[in-house]
Amino acid sequence: MSAAPAVIAPEPLPSTTGRRRVLVSSVSSDSHTWNLVFLQLLLEELGHTVTNIGACVPDDLLIAECRRHRPDMVVISSVNGHGYLDGRRLIARLRAEPDLAGIPVVIGGKLGTRGAEGGSHASELVEAGFDAVFEDSAGIGEFRRYLAAPQTPALHHDTPPVPVP
Amino acid sequence: MSAAGLPQPRPAGSFADAVARARAAGELLVQPRMGFPTVEQMGAGLRAVHDARARTVGTITLDSYTRVGDHGSARRALQAGEDLNGFPIVAHGGQVTRRMIDDAGTGGFAVQVRHGSPLPLGIVQALVDAGLDATEGGPVSYCLPYSRTPLTEAVDAWARSCELLAEQVPGAHLESFGGCMLGQLCPPSLLVALSVLEGLFFRRHGLHSISLSYAQQTSFPQDVAALAALRRLSGEYLEGADWHVVLYTYMGVFPRSVPGALALLRDSARLAAVTGTERLIVKTPAEAHRIPTVEDNVRALEEAAAAARDAAFTEADLPDDGEADDLYREARDLIEATLELNGDVGRALTAAFARGHLDVPYCLHADNAQRTRSHIDRRGRLQWTSAGRMPVRAAADRGTGAVGAEELLGMLSHVQNTFDRAALEPSAQSSPALRAGHA
Ligand code: B12
Repeated sequence: MSAAPAVIAPEPLPSTTGRRRVLVSSVSSDSHTWNLVFLQLLLEELGHTVTNIGACVPDDLLIAECRRHRPDMVVISSVNGHGYLDGRRLIARLRAEPDLAGIPVVIGGKLGTRGAEGGSHASELVEAGFDAVFEDSAGIGEFRRYLAAPQTPALHHDTPPVPVP
Repeated sequence: MSAAGLPQPRPAGSFADAVARARAAGELLVQPRMGFPTVEQMGAGLRAVHDARARTVGTITLDSYTRVGDHGSARRALQAGEDLNGFPIVAHGGQVTRRMIDDAGTGGFAVQVRHGSPLPLGIVQALVDAGLDATEGGPVSYCLPYSRTPLTEAVDAWARSCELLAEQVPGAHLESFGGCMLGQLCPPSLLVALSVLEGLFFRRHGLHSISLSYAQQTSFPQDVAALAALRRLSGEYLEGADWHVVLYTYMGVFPRSVPGALALLRDSARLAAVTGTERLIVKTPAEAHRIPTVEDNVRALEEAAAAARDAAFTEADLPDDGEADDLYREARDLIEATLELNGDVGRALTAAFARGHLDVPYCLHADNAQRTRSHIDRRGRLQWTSAGRMPVRAAADRGTGAVGAEELLGMLSHVQNTFDRAALEPSAQSSPALRAGHA
């Protein structure tokens, strides 16, 4: 069976209180949206400004939205079981664009069709170009720690926080 | 006397016929959600469902690439031997699918194609080529939860697809997915209204054999009321059609434990049985974790059929006085507020969403007004928190901004937690449904 349910403790995250811009997106074949709504709320509560571009996002649209918003971080979520296929393809596309090659991009969710028995897709996806991979509900705790860690790219770089509109 | 549609002189397709025979036998028809990438796996699955110890119809669930029209990716995945989350009917083609069904050796077994596509013309053509006569969806229910396709495009594509199906397959059956909208947290009145509106749309575009859906929600008594309202409204709006009601086992976040998942499944079978619902589409204990196997599906079908046979009705299952009437009126107001916008039901649906007269809570689609919110009340019933511009009254209008990540996850996990906890408690005497509904 899959990993244990995530325990979400309301840990203080003082180092991430500065507002950063995060782009939340699904992949091209995945229409699930509760995951996106949840991630948006979570990131907003951590103090970030989120643009949620929704379900079934073709690679070209994701690239265009990255150029339009210039986010500090891209958070990809997929739960339909095609995440490792779609993720592998989209990160190759993104990394091939010189102006987007360095943008921090993470992915999480139910990435294959076989649950925990199917093994992990994490190393394959990191190799393909993602900065981090968070699998299913256990991923939420890791994701919070990742966001809080001082070495996390983008969320701790020196550009000033985006002013509150 | 059956409350459903009058018998039809028209030729019945295999699917409509299977429903009619189950109804005559007084048995619940059970059906899986099942799809695998290869012809071998899918054919074996159909065979196993046919052979299950239950009155079944078969399902071919399509994969996500086919749903979004990306048949190239489906083909590449097949060639590379990668997993897909369903059967790519267009990539395989109608003829290959026809041979697969023949080879399964199940005779005239009724099989439905379940997809989730806002632009289904290619899929409908493939299933017609494969010799199949039943599918599901609808211009709203396969657009808003499944795509970023504009609603007007889905309405046009669905109109043409209905007409194609009606012309090429006498007796073809079409089921509305309107009773599911995002799987969870959509109050019953809107689910019922959308099912009936899509049923009207199907009729308008030439179909005579129709089913109206409803997905099990958070409270047994409220679901009883909703199914009664759906049946009553279907009788009023779909006179002359051959129609029946199909219930879906819970479509939201599912219990993680096997006993919890099975208890929820059994509860849905009992709900179908006590409300006279003709057909049930099941979920399996794999739901919270991964795509279910053939064995997972067969076990769930047999479990559901047995639970339906043994079903009993208790005092605690009954809706409150007037609850079913209130739900009926709320759904009818939504239907009427839509129909009065345009003489054409497709245009009326688009206009109703544009004005927010129909508005699905938490739906991110650009054509959804996003002014409504819902919550689960202390007795486990789903209620409107804010009704936006819909012609319904919210208990207490709290606007749309109040819910945080934890609170949302709590509501999404309400059913999962209720059933998992009850299953893990050795002292659990009463059924989890009673706890969920009467906590
Ligand atoms: C609701 C639901 C639907 C609704 C979705 C409506 C909508 N617009 O969102 C409907 C009914 C429409 C639907 C449709 C489909 N679904 Co669905 N659905 C579910 C269900 C029941 C609940 C999902 C949910 O709402 N979760 C709540 C949210 C908040 O959590 P979550 O998505 O699980 O994500 C959690 C973690 O994974 C994590 N997470 C997710 N993403 C990320 C990203 C990062 C960076 C991090 C850190 C964490 C993270 O955080 C969340 C909280 O813990 C699940 C099964 C279940 N869990 O019980 C199946 C499920 C996800 N669906 C599934 C499938 C396959 C589909 C379909 C393809 C149909 C099919 N073939 O069966 C279609 C989708 C079509 C498409 N184009 O993709 C499968 C996926 C199988 C797999 N991965 O192995 C599941 C698991 C069911 C199953 N067992 O078959 N579905």
